[in-house]
Amino acid sequence: MTFWRKALGAAAGAALAALGVAAQAQEPLKIGFVYVGPTGDFGWTHEHDLARQAVEKHFGDKVETTFVENVAEGPDAERVIRQMAQSGQKLIFTTSFGFMNPTLKVAKQFPDVKFEHATGFKRDVNVSTYSARFYEGRHVIGLIAGKMTKSNVIGYIASFPIPEVVRGINSAYLAAKSVNPNVQFRVVWVNTWFDPGKEADAAKALIEQGADVIMQHTDSAAPITIAEEKGVLAFGQASDMTKFGPKAHLTAIMDNWAPYYIARTQAVLDGTWESKDTWDGIAPGMVAFAPYNPALPKEVVALAEYARLGISLGKIHPFTGPINKQDGTPWLAAGETAPDGDLLGMNFYVEGIEGVLPK
Amino acid sequence: MLELTRRREASKAMLWLTPVFAVILTIVAGGLLFALLGKDPVEAVRLIFVQPFLDPFSRTELLVKGTPLVLIAIGLSLGFRAGVWNIGAEGQFIMGALVGGAVALAFYEIPGVWLLPLMCFAGMAGGAAWAMIPAILRIRFNANEILVSLMLVYVAELLLSALVSGPLRDPDGFNFPESRMFHDSATLPILISGSRAHIGAAVALGAVIAAYVLLERHLFGFRIKLFGQAPRAARFAGFSEAGLVAACLGLGGALAGLAGVFEASGPVGQLVPALPQGYGFTAIIVAFLGRLNPLGVLLAGAVMALTYIGGETAQISMNLPAAAINVFQGMLLFFLLGIDVLVNYRLRWRRAA
Repeated sequence: MTFWRKALGAAAGAALAALGVAAQAQEPLKIGFVYVGPTGDFGWTHEHDLARQAVEKHFGDKVETTFVENVAEGPDAERVIRQMAQSGQKLIFTTSFGFMNPTLKVAKQFPDVKFEHATGFKRDVNVSTYSARFYEGRHVIGLIAGKMTKSNVIGYIASFPIPEVVRGINSAYLAAKSVNPNVQFRVVWVNTWFDPGKEADAAKALIEQGADVIMQHTDSAAPITIAEEKGVLAFGQASDMTKFGPKAHLTAIMDNWAPYYIARTQAVLDGTWESKDTWDGIAPGMVAFAPYNPALPKEVVALAEYARLGISLGKIHPFTGPINKQDGTPWLAAGETAPDGDLLGMNFYVEGIEGVLPK
Repeated sequence: MLELTRRREASKAMLWLTPVFAVILTIVAGGLLFALLGKDPVEAVRLIFVQPFLDPFSRTELLVKGTPLVLIAIGLSLGFRAGVWNIGAEGQFIMGALVGGAVALAFYEIPGVWLLPLMCFAGMAGGAAWAMIPAILRIRFNANEILVSLMLVYVAELLLSALVSGPLRDPDGFNFPESRMFHDSATLPILISGSRAHIGAAVALGAVIAAYVLLERHLFGFRIKLFGQAPRAARFAGFSEAGLVAACLGLGGALAGLAGVFEASGPVGQLVPALPQGYGFTAIIVAFLGRLNPLGVLLAGAVMALTYIGGETAQISMNLPAAAINVFQGMLLFFLLGIDVLVNYRLRWRRAA
């Protein structure tokens, strides 16, 4: 599958390149992508690669893209990013948090190359950062989970206790609680982004503890497979994972990077690119959803769609007061919505979630 | 039915030609694999084995990648010669990085020229201490050091991950599991400006020379070789096996620990959970590819580093899948071991009785 996709991509790329030479003498813009996982992970990296293909399709012979997959977030990242810059890529997307410091180091040495780093918090004149407001998506699936659970126990497979993940748990919990006051969350920390074995074990453990809906903030489809096997419900992560569990898969929060990648490529072509931080959500389409499972009751779909539209129009904010922190201290007053600063540094559970947040 | 019979004496020339043949066979079989993937095999092999030498930055990266491989493999080869099977260098590498890195972070506010030497010393102590666990268990309880040292790799990985998510975490890092960047005086001096090639490369070269002298000119080297080839004779001669096991594992651990500190304070500049990249395991291949000889290890480390750097180049310019490169590296050990069997054994066809 991966091989054919790549072979086809390479063939198409070669054809486009050949056309480009014939059509115009202008050099195509070379764009590089550095991936943390394999393009065939059906999750995080897969979506970035789909967006890369969308860039190629949109700009045709005006661009030329390349990528390196499976780049570990360690000592090798800097070399790969640097080789990208050195081999003439003028715009480089580094698509994992762990590439932050290596990206900044390389960017200093290549001031005429533009860098785009996903999910980081450090920028430079030629380094932008971007991420998606996944917590908006978590709100929508939290509503569905709250409605669909019969045991009132929702299992949550979490990766690392960073604000991004904590935000997702809080958002999903508040939404589920709003439609089902008896709902409880069980969170398992697996300390990895992608490890099908560990994720499957976590899913099994949660189901044994009575969870009948599984949510995940890890990238493999293993939890969906387990959910299907055990006859419980689940949500896909990053990609549409329906085929791994046609019955279990209710919907998925999908990362749609294509509009952003196309916009940033356009900016470089136009010479208007500048360093900035982008944090987009449902409204511009960076956060999208896989098709709802046909077995979902109509009123649940209506509820989810209402929330999706409301967030998209800015009428609904997943974090609207009154909300207390887990220890009972007030966080947001009635009607108050969370400022971005609080969300970006979120390191606490909201009131009602049991368990201790690992620090 | 095929049968293997041991040759009385393996050819000396073949002993040294084996790695060369292994590399050639790998190139041929790898080229075939690349061709099957629809890539130009000649171009792929050229990118992997030649291109890194043509590009100045890649040349310096060979040093970055080769340094930890050679440092660790030197330590391992001493032990392997004596029949002490330290398979857990990866764990000792992590402990070295962890202890040395913790020193760097502890003195974050008080930089000084003394800091780097202290970190290196701490890293070596950390690696050696970790290796002492299998050493003591073998000496005291006759526990298998292969198993113990290997299992301790996973313990070390978890310890690193726990500490960078807790006490050693960057206070301004939004809870991301990594330490802050080391201070300048806790970062290794660079050998070639504009590159990442650090002083560790010179240290690795020193370790090669020291190991050579140790093996060829020192009584300790003689003891290592004797225990490896004739353990009973060594015991009759009154050499202490316990002392040798402790020394081999300790030295291997110290060198792996040093490689760990170099990695953390060199190319990475901080402690991250992804710091260990399998150098401790790849170094086992390097040690055997280099025939457990210090100079051979140096060459083998260079070849191994080449396949890494060249492999990345091939990925970028030819879109070769990462897995194909891994297969390519795996073939190297496969062919080496395969030829080794044929050098030491005669292959005979015998009719089943």
